[in-house]
Amino acid sequence: MTDNLDLQTPEMDQDAKDAAASAAEYEHGWSSDIETEFAEKGLNEDTVRFISGKKGEPEWMLDWRLKAFRLWQEMEEPDWAKVGYPKIDYQDAYYYAAPTKKIELDSLDDLDPEIKRVYDKLGIPLGEQEVLAGVKGAKKVAVDAVFDSVSVATSFRDELMRAGVIFRSISEAIKEYPELVKKWLGRVVPTRDNYFACLNAAVFSDGTFVYIPEGVRCPMELSTYFRINAENTGQFERTLIIAEKGAYVSYLEGCTAPMRDENQLHAAVVELVAMEDAEIKYSTVQNWYPGNSEGVGGIYNFVTKRGLCQGDRSKISWTQVETGSAVTWKYPSCVLNGEDSVGEFYSVAVTNNFQQADTGTKMIHNGRGTRSTIISKGISAGNSNNTYRGMVRVGPKAEGVRNFTQCDSLLLGNKSGAHTVPYIEVKNPGAQIEHEATTSKISDDQMFYAQQRGLDEEEAVALIVNGFAKDVLKELPMEFAVEAQKLLAISLEGSVG
Amino acid sequence: MLKIENLHAEIDGKAILKGLTLEIAAGEIHAIMGPNGAGKSTLANVLGGKPGYDVTAGTVMFKGADLFDLDPHERAATGLFLGFQYPVEIPGVSNVQFLREAANSQRKYRGEEPLSGGEFLKLAKEKAGLLKLDMEMLKRQVNVGFSGGEKKRAEMVQMGILDPAFAVLDETDSGLDIDALRVVGDGINAIMRAPDKGVLLITHYQRLLDVVKPDRVSVLAGGRIVQTGGPELALRLEAEGYDAVMADA
Repeated sequence: MTDNLDLQTPEMDQDAKDAAASAAEYEHGWSSDIETEFAEKGLNEDTVRFISGKKGEPEWMLDWRLKAFRLWQEMEEPDWAKVGYPKIDYQDAYYYAAPTKKIELDSLDDLDPEIKRVYDKLGIPLGEQEVLAGVKGAKKVAVDAVFDSVSVATSFRDELMRAGVIFRSISEAIKEYPELVKKWLGRVVPTRDNYFACLNAAVFSDGTFVYIPEGVRCPMELSTYFRINAENTGQFERTLIIAEKGAYVSYLEGCTAPMRDENQLHAAVVELVAMEDAEIKYSTVQNWYPGNSEGVGGIYNFVTKRGLCQGDRSKISWTQVETGSAVTWKYPSCVLNGEDSVGEFYSVAVTNNFQQADTGTKMIHNGRGTRSTIISKGISAGNSNNTYRGMVRVGPKAEGVRNFTQCDSLLLGNKSGAHTVPYIEVKNPGAQIEHEATTSKISDDQMFYAQQRGLDEEEAVALIVNGFAKDVLKELPMEFAVEAQKLLAISLEGSVG
Repeated sequence: MLKIENLHAEIDGKAILKGLTLEIAAGEIHAIMGPNGAGKSTLANVLGGKPGYDVTAGTVMFKGADLFDLDPHERAATGLFLGFQYPVEIPGVSNVQFLREAANSQRKYRGEEPLSGGEFLKLAKEKAGLLKLDMEMLKRQVNVGFSGGEKKRAEMVQMGILDPAFAVLDETDSGLDIDALRVVGDGINAIMRAPDKGVLLITHYQRLLDVVKPDRVSVLAGGRIVQTGGPELALRLEAEGYDAVMADA
């Protein structure tokens, strides 16, 4: 499989080209020391060395990356998902750029009115809006807005430290906690796991590292909000969370505000490890740019997320609200090794216009008495396609396994598609596997009923869709849930009528 | 209050209402009776603005506005309530959530401040008590798993909370046992019997009219009002049947 520019139609890769063009523009305007913040376009061993060098990584980390890169060169991009996109030219992209590449605005008045409108609709405070939009000098304001005061933020950090929780960027952790990182990085998602995970291993830009020591219940929800003034590392993010025996942590990733990013290709990897009696709750709201209503542009989001329930009675719970990206390829999974360990997957995926989502989970039952629950709610509107793809596998030694899967699809309009692809592999006859699936449409009767009570068309759709997704939304942390409800409504604007 | 003039409406090219004229004054409860297929439900749906019906001629004035200039949610906010013959299920949405959003959407349209969660709950409790519906039922999902009678009672609670100026109640008595009928009828009286309100009560049976005494009764047949009279007309219909009464008309 070779990459060939000629195979691309002009509009296919426009975002990447625009990004390249804008990056080039910036390069000219900047002083030389900032210019070196960019890796040359294209991907080779030097790119990998450049990234590792920029981060001041130790030798072992560079070796790990290089090994991944060599492996990646021999791998092929997977094509089994029900998504279609123009061939990605991996040599025609940037793999490392300083976060300051983000365009700075003088004030919120310069922000795209469409984005401003969505910010307002979500009820995001002005200070936070400024940070999200990249308004000059907005950082401190936002820290104040989010945490009331800098001192509060600092006290949060102190509180975590007192509890013994390590919460760092992965780059920092590589330097400060090399033994922990070495022990676990790539253990749950091996470098060779898949094409995109392998690419991530070679070029990951940054990400988060969380370590909860034995017996510690993390005293607060850990959220990427805490890093609102940290680097924007969205493109090739790498997250590693370890919960030791009896530990508990709830982690929130993402942001309901629409996120524009000049990088079209995103390939994140998230690895979770839960030891005996530990519990990790991982919630995501993904709202990357989905492309315009004609299907031009938008992020390609190829994510590998996997949790390892290594200890007995451990539990990992994934909750995701996916509304963004032009292409979503994502299967947060649980490997249930520990006896009586529990895996959960709660998902709402919304596609509108020409978006494509192929998402689901894998529940791998290796331990005795392991249980898993899968609740997937797919909502398709416009010309979009929404696929649930899920696997439940029960190993031969896993006695007494139970799984319950509920997959519901809701169609809006008559040009969208909903697909359900369950794979069930059971090697132990004692397993109890239940799978329920439904497909429905918002009925005219429901719409009229809600409108007759006073809701306008958009409000009626939002109400019905939120009802449909309730079983998943209620798994989200409270403050996230309210925003997520509004987000569903915004994502479906213009899809009815 | 509601003035229907020469209303013609069709569905899928089939004419159902063929020149219906009817005026209902403020303070009036007006019962509409008529044989199956006469166009009673079509009248209710056309007034509510349900898609699929084509109004080919005629006007409906409501509180001084041309009803057909308004979208369904605007008609609702203007004060028109449609009690459904078959209330619709909305899974995952509680009655409380549904009604609060509906009430606040109406208030927003009218330029009023939204009700807070506390204010709304107080109002809901009061109206639910009136209809002998416990709050637990209001916490359940909209019409999901409700019996026929529960659905109709829930419709009345909705009416009580939304407090419309005019209610079109389409066979609200169908599917009710005697006790439920009494509760629903008392609810209509309590909520809608007022000098500034009006009701168009579509029914097949006198038993509802025993509880909700109509000021006037009209017979709808063949897409038109063929006869209008006082409460005694309903009694005659019950005793003699439509054919006999209409033959005399």
